[in-house]
Amino acid sequence: MQKNTSKSSVANVFSGIFRNQLFIPIAALLLLALFNFIMDPSFFAISFGHNNAGNPVLSGRLITILDNGSELAILAIGMTLVTAASGGQDISVGAAIAIAGSVILRVLCGGQVSPEHLQAPIIVGFLAACIVAMLFGAFNGVLVAYFKIQPMVATLILYTAGRSIASWINNSQLPIVNEPKFGYFGGLIPGIPIPTPFLIAVLCMIVIALVLKFTNLGLYTQAVGINESSSKLNGLNPKFIKLLSFIILGLCVAVAALIKVSRVSTINYSVVAKDIEMDAILAVALGGNALSGGKFSMPASIIGAYVIQFLTTTLYKFNVRADALPAYKAAVIILLVVLSAPVVRDKLSSLGKKLKSGTRVKEVG
Amino acid sequence: MKKKFLGVVLSVAMVATLLAGCGKKEEPAPADDTATEAPADDQSGDDAADEGSSSDKVITVGIINNDPTESGYRTANVKSLEEAFSAANGYEAKTFYSLKNDEQINAAQQFIQEGVDYLLLSAADTAGWDSTLKDAQAAGIPVILFDRTIDADESLYAASIVSDMDKEGQTAVEWLASQNLDEYNIIHIQGVMGSAAQKGRSGALQEKVDAEDSWNIVTQQTAEWNAEKAQQIVQSVIDSGEDFNVIYAENDDMARGAVAALDNANISHGVDGDVIIMGFDCNKWALKEVQAGNWNYDGQCNPFQAPYIDEVIKTLEAGEEVAEKVIILEEKGFDSSITDADIEANGIGDETAPTE
Repeated sequence: MQKNTSKSSVANVFSGIFRNQLFIPIAALLLLALFNFIMDPSFFAISFGHNNAGNPVLSGRLITILDNGSELAILAIGMTLVTAASGGQDISVGAAIAIAGSVILRVLCGGQVSPEHLQAPIIVGFLAACIVAMLFGAFNGVLVAYFKIQPMVATLILYTAGRSIASWINNSQLPIVNEPKFGYFGGLIPGIPIPTPFLIAVLCMIVIALVLKFTNLGLYTQAVGINESSSKLNGLNPKFIKLLSFIILGLCVAVAALIKVSRVSTINYSVVAKDIEMDAILAVALGGNALSGGKFSMPASIIGAYVIQFLTTTLYKFNVRADALPAYKAAVIILLVVLSAPVVRDKLSSLGKKLKSGTRVKEVG
Repeated sequence: MKKKFLGVVLSVAMVATLLAGCGKKEEPAPADDTATEAPADDQSGDDAADEGSSSDKVITVGIINNDPTESGYRTANVKSLEEAFSAANGYEAKTFYSLKNDEQINAAQQFIQEGVDYLLLSAADTAGWDSTLKDAQAAGIPVILFDRTIDADESLYAASIVSDMDKEGQTAVEWLASQNLDEYNIIHIQGVMGSAAQKGRSGALQEKVDAEDSWNIVTQQTAEWNAEKAQQIVQSVIDSGEDFNVIYAENDDMARGAVAALDNANISHGVDGDVIIMGFDCNKWALKEVQAGNWNYDGQCNPFQAPYIDEVIKTLEAGEEVAEKVIILEEKGFDSSITDADIEANGIGDETAPTE
């Protein structure tokens, strides 16, 4: 703000940057990029080729990151809203993905294990998954909003039961889709060299950006998260807003599930999207959003999601020993989360202010 | 005052119903199929009479297994056991499925108290079973281990019908060695670290790599039985431009993920391809990939212990000694010479629509 009014000091800008929520995720991204650039510049090489079906495809680690980080970015959108509105997190998204994925396969395969042809159009399977995932989202939402159960406890129910439900939907079978078109959503659409998951993620980002810009969803969600009773006094319905946030997360889950099952055209209930809920919560935390609810920044969460994937890809590149992988990830993440915590950010920005007042005579305005 | 009293009474009533609800729930928990138990008695009697079977007595077995959602292997395993020990075959089966050792032990103790005739056990963990097995022995209930062995004295169980995971790995590595490649550059995709299947399948490969100069491991990572993680790992090797000509994936799902990455990068695989694809578990769809030449090898992990268990029980019922106490299941490896009959006999997972 002050940046525009005067040719203010470096310190002023410094404090402004630190206060900006986007600072930490972007800095983390740049740091990882710089590290990889120094270690091996070929990390950033992007090449153009063709896949086995003869379709054009871009490849390279950056593309891999955009591709594999997509599901997480989509989930981060919903998780940010849930966090902001309810001041808690949904830990059942992984299990919910298993359920939604199972529904898609159930509809497409019609109960058979490996049918020659699809038993229903893909869009029908996807819509069915959307409805089911939104219902399960609503179930979580009702528990949280109307029964006032702690979000993490409320979603623990689905977290525990979800994968069994997913397995039950398909009679414990692991169906396989033989239709190549189904693979487009997790792979490539012929003629377009960019991975489809990334395109879907971008579409989701555009939709949520438009929704936040042209509706009051963002404002209301923050109001409920900051102070539920005062938002109620101002004529909002906090219960409905919370419920809505869980339903939107359900929709995100369905989209992510479509990508997940499309990638390998099958499903394994016990491992699909395993531990993704933790990564999604982490993305929100890395984005510098207060996990206790209130104000949020959607772009920061989405960048946070890609930071996590960037880190994963980097660790794979350096061939970190399999069993040591989580430890490295944890070390980097602790650092990032501490830096992006609101308390630390406030400290840093006040440090910036001190720097300003120390070097310059106080400016007016 | 009155209101307060009413409140207390109400809350006491609520707690009481809550507790009662819990108590009721717990009782039938270990016997998952209480519903099927009731008709079991009369039906089996009829069948036994029809078949002219020697014993008209219903044999009760308590089956303790891992959760069927664990994998395609487990699904097939659970199904084959439930089919073999059905009322039609003169059995009454009580089942309990869990991936947790302590829950399994609790259920085993309950089965012992209920007085089952035989206890069939695939333990989640190899340790901690001693006292339970002794209880069973004291109660005169023979224990038959299947699928997985446990750390206990041989005298504590009647028979054990298990897979030899080390042998599975060795069979696969021997097959790979018989391909006579000039150089083996292997992407090794491991299962969940520490699981018996991972240890056995990794061990054999690691030994060979250590012994031979021409065998190299390009990447060794765990994908935790997860297809997408396997895809990412292979993608990472492709992005780095390193050469490889073998993908050794420790189950079918991971091999599938690896192949998806190769397809995306236009690298040929399978018979006559640049990269040899190896998987394990013998899912039907995977065997079809082998038959079509898209994959090169699939190693079996045999889930069909039921006929052997049945035989052991029949022997014990007749009052005879079991000839072989430890039976290691025969497990094959399949390459492109596989036939339709092999797929039918050894493939796991159903091809037909499930009956509803």
